[in-house]
Amino acid sequence: MLDADFFRRWMTATAASVEREAERLTALDSPIGDADHGSNLHRGFAAVRSVLEKEAPDTPGAVLVLAGRQLISTVGGASGPLYGTLLRRTGKALGDAAEVSDADLAAALRAGVDAVMTLGGAAPGDKTMIDALVPAVDALGRSFAAARTAAEEGALATTPLQARKGRASYLGERSIGHQDPGATSAALLVAALADTAEGSRG
Amino acid sequence: MADQKPVGIVLVSHSAAVASSVAELARGLAGAGTDVPVAPAGGTADGGLGTSAELIAAAAAAVDRGAGVAVLTDLGSAVLTVKALLAEGDELPEDTRLVDAPFVEGAVAAVVTASTGADLAAVAAAASEAYTYRKA
Repeated sequence: MLDADFFRRWMTATAASVEREAERLTALDSPIGDADHGSNLHRGFAAVRSVLEKEAPDTPGAVLVLAGRQLISTVGGASGPLYGTLLRRTGKALGDAAEVSDADLAAALRAGVDAVMTLGGAAPGDKTMIDALVPAVDALGRSFAAARTAAEEGALATTPLQARKGRASYLGERSIGHQDPGATSAALLVAALADTAEGSRG
Repeated sequence: MADQKPVGIVLVSHSAAVASSVAELARGLAGAGTDVPVAPAGGTADGGLGTSAELIAAAAAAVDRGAGVAVLTDLGSAVLTVKALLAEGDELPEDTRLVDAPFVEGAVAAVVTASTGADLAAVAAAASEAYTYRKA
């Protein structure tokens, strides 16, 4: 079973990973975006880490709801409301249980990804974070490691796609040939989840 | 009508200068003496380009007179942030609505319509209708 501390460690691991990869995310965001994805997410997840330390929410749902709210408040770009909605809706779906199962998390994360698709209007194949998140959620029923691989493959598979959402979509065919920064950061979030699960059980 | 509470208008742009200039333009075109509360929420809290949930929440609170708040946005994260805040349910005044409208024309239509004492639905409809005006 997964408790509040597991979810706090997932968010902390994501913050560390985003910090490590911030320059690469921003570099990916330079040709097809406005070159702020790494710095925006770094700021957001650093704020998540500190608010979780300060408020110490005591259920898995409360950890993710607080993290999501913090991202919406601090990121300043579209990734804030998108990741914020992902975590908040996932947290709400987990309810107020003190511990949740892997299957609970998989179902809740699917609700979160659905909410992101509703908010942003993106579908698989639009060259967005959805291209990493949907395969990850599909694979999460098998294992955390499978979800990580699926997210990473999904992010890599955005390279030949033409962007159909967000600023990159204005570039039309010129968006082809670049890996999507949002799908890349989504894969970091899923990898941090798998790392946290391996750390707990390994 | 005259003493009816006015609908508040919030203008959300990636740029503080754009938000405040459009607010000034809309107030100016609405005519002297308009008492419609209009608040810009532009850029990030530290003055950069982007969207600030705090500035949006503060602007909405500042223009809320109890008749509802119409929020107009430019694009991208401005739209998504307002939608995410509305989904949250407790950071914006109860009767806050994201209006589907062109930013500049919609802001003028919203402020002029609100200055007549129109309710939130009428203000939102007038702003949305600005999409139908073709320029070429």
